[in-house]
Amino acid sequence: MENVQLLEAYKRMVLIRKFELKAKKLFEANKLPGFLHLYVGEEAVAVGVCSALRVTDQITSTHRGHGHLIAKGGDVKKMMAELFGKATGYCKGQGGSIHISDYNTGILGANGIVGAGLPIATGAAFAFKYKNEDKVAVCFFGDGASNRGTFHESLNMAAAFKLPVVFVCENNLYGISVDARYVAAGVVNGKNIADRAVGYDIPGVVVDGNDVNAVYEAACVAVARARAGEGPTLIECKTWRQLGHYVGDPDNYRTDEEKAAWLQRDPIKAVGTQLLEKGVCSQEDLDKIAADTDALIEDAVAEAEAAPYPDASALLTDIYAE
Amino acid sequence: MSKITFGRAIHDALQFEMNRCPEVYLAGEDVGFRGGDFGEDMGLWAEFDGKHGAESRRVVDTAISETAIIGHAVGAAACGLRPVVEIMHMDFMGVAMDEILNQAGKMRYMNGGKLQVPMVIKTTAGGGVGAAAQHSQTLEAFVAHTPGVKVVMPSNPADAKGLLISAIRDNNPVVFISHKLLMAGKGEVPDGEYVVPIGKANVCREGKDVTIISWSKMVKDAMQAAEELEDEGIDAEVIDLRTIKPLDEMTVLDSVRKTGRLVIVHEATRVCGFGAEVAAVVAEKAFDALKAPIQRVTAPDCPSPFTPALEVEYLPNAAKVVAAVKKIMK
Ligand SMILES: Cc1ncc(C[n+]2csc(CCOP(=O)(O)OP(=O)(O)O)c2C)c(N)n1
Ligand SMILES: [Mg+2]
Repeated sequence: MENVQLLEAYKRMVLIRKFELKAKKLFEANKLPGFLHLYVGEEAVAVGVCSALRVTDQITSTHRGHGHLIAKGGDVKKMMAELFGKATGYCKGQGGSIHISDYNTGILGANGIVGAGLPIATGAAFAFKYKNEDKVAVCFFGDGASNRGTFHESLNMAAAFKLPVVFVCENNLYGISVDARYVAAGVVNGKNIADRAVGYDIPGVVVDGNDVNAVYEAACVAVARARAGEGPTLIECKTWRQLGHYVGDPDNYRTDEEKAAWLQRDPIKAVGTQLLEKGVCSQEDLDKIAADTDALIEDAVAEAEAAPYPDASALLTDIYAE
Repeated sequence: MSKITFGRAIHDALQFEMNRCPEVYLAGEDVGFRGGDFGEDMGLWAEFDGKHGAESRRVVDTAISETAIIGHAVGAAACGLRPVVEIMHMDFMGVAMDEILNQAGKMRYMNGGKLQVPMVIKTTAGGGVGAAAQHSQTLEAFVAHTPGVKVVMPSNPADAKGLLISAIRDNNPVVFISHKLLMAGKGEVPDGEYVVPIGKANVCREGKDVTIISWSKMVKDAMQAAEELEDEGIDAEVIDLRTIKPLDEMTVLDSVRKTGRLVIVHEATRVCGFGAEVAAVVAEKAFDALKAPIQRVTAPDCPSPFTPALEVEYLPNAAKVVAAVKKIMK
């Protein structure tokens, strides 16, 4: 990434981190309904990929979607209001944390069903090709989702039809408590999820998901291939979530050694250090970014708290289009 | 008797049957080390297996592959095992619709009765926890509409244990549905072997003025409504169906013939909900006994909203049951 771009990426990553940590606090204080899956530690994946996209490109996201939405340009105020279930949220409070979408920002939607985004992104890419639009679809999904039939069916369809889609697997090593080595074929023998691309005759790329530059480079190549009409790419980003599967997860299935090792590799700290080393900015600049972000998040929370809940009469709206 | 949670009753049923029958095994997402999404399987992995991946046998953590989870159970059951497979939330059963609809439910019939498919799909349903449109559904009607599949929905810990043991012993596919909000609730449960027959409803409260039929968590709301109605001089009979399919028509019809009025309460959405089936059976077989139109208290035909402000409007509750009864008592 160029310096300017790296700085922008850093800001986005900080915004995601702070949004998530604030949401965690609010949830623990019983201020947010439902449940919450946080993206802390995986920020480089969403930001690296979305830095290679245009606003008109569409992404599909997951239950762990806040990072993808912010990286794609989502408005944290509308997101926060949605987490509170307020009428001013992205989905008027009807969707909540795992169902935020905003077509105009290129966010086709987060999803509560693991692996559901793959065929939807494939369909978005089908529409772009059909209408001859210069757009790309990107699907974020987990290592766990790669074991669903939708993964295999979507890669096959997208490859057979040369659709402009990029499949981004966020391999954080676990699906809830279950270690991918035990349930994903080949992983126990050191194989990658990206290796499955061979079966569909498309490029399969493995990158360090905690390195925003590496993710960005891989995404640029895949997006260019998609735009050129050459078909899909599978990118596997090796990463790790720093918190439990959801807020409240006892997280007793990962060892202390594993936790300590991965916490050393914080993706945001790494970019901060690079920015300082390259002389792109000073420590004061980084502190100011942190302070400005805190202020933005506090504003978002204050506005969300003050906003009204939807009126009871809203219940039966939006079920069918006119 | 022991006072235990609904979740623990499920554990005890699994433990009893796994000890009794070596062909019974448990497979699903996070059923092993984590002990299930609601902790109900906790301890079974260590007790029966304690192994991972290719080494696991009787308590098997699977990949996120609902199609293969349910589909493999059909094959394993046809070849002599008695799988209990877990679908974390019933909403995810849609991923394996073919495996239920065209495989599990039809295999025996299509084979001219030469095979049987003794398997249990154990799952959870229900809203009230802000879990939004894809994690709150109650889909008993979806599965009940499949010939060849049985469906049970216990409302209390004792029935959970007794019905799960029956489900495991049944030689057909049985869908066992627990309500999320019941899991932590406690009740008296018989120790050791305890069987509640599939297909037998429970009259939880006798009354003469109106029959309230319900199942799963809504039985609580129906009982609360009955108490409130008593204060107003209305004597309600409350029936807990316990088994959705096969429906205990006799208990339902006997009650309606006695009271002449029927209110059906379920958490699932209204259109084509199982309440419609109950109403149809009563209309066909006890029409002459009805003194008032049958009422249904259900969620509306709408996805489950996330925000608590709308979810309270969405869900049926005791007050809505009271209102429905009063409407036909005039
Ligand atoms: C079809 C389906 N099955 C199961 C679940 C329950 N569930 C929610 S998140 C999750 C784990 C997902 O793992 P992965 O795809 O690796 O994503 P991660 O949570 O690690 O980001 C599971 C099993 C679900 N939501 N949808
Ligand atoms: Mg994962």
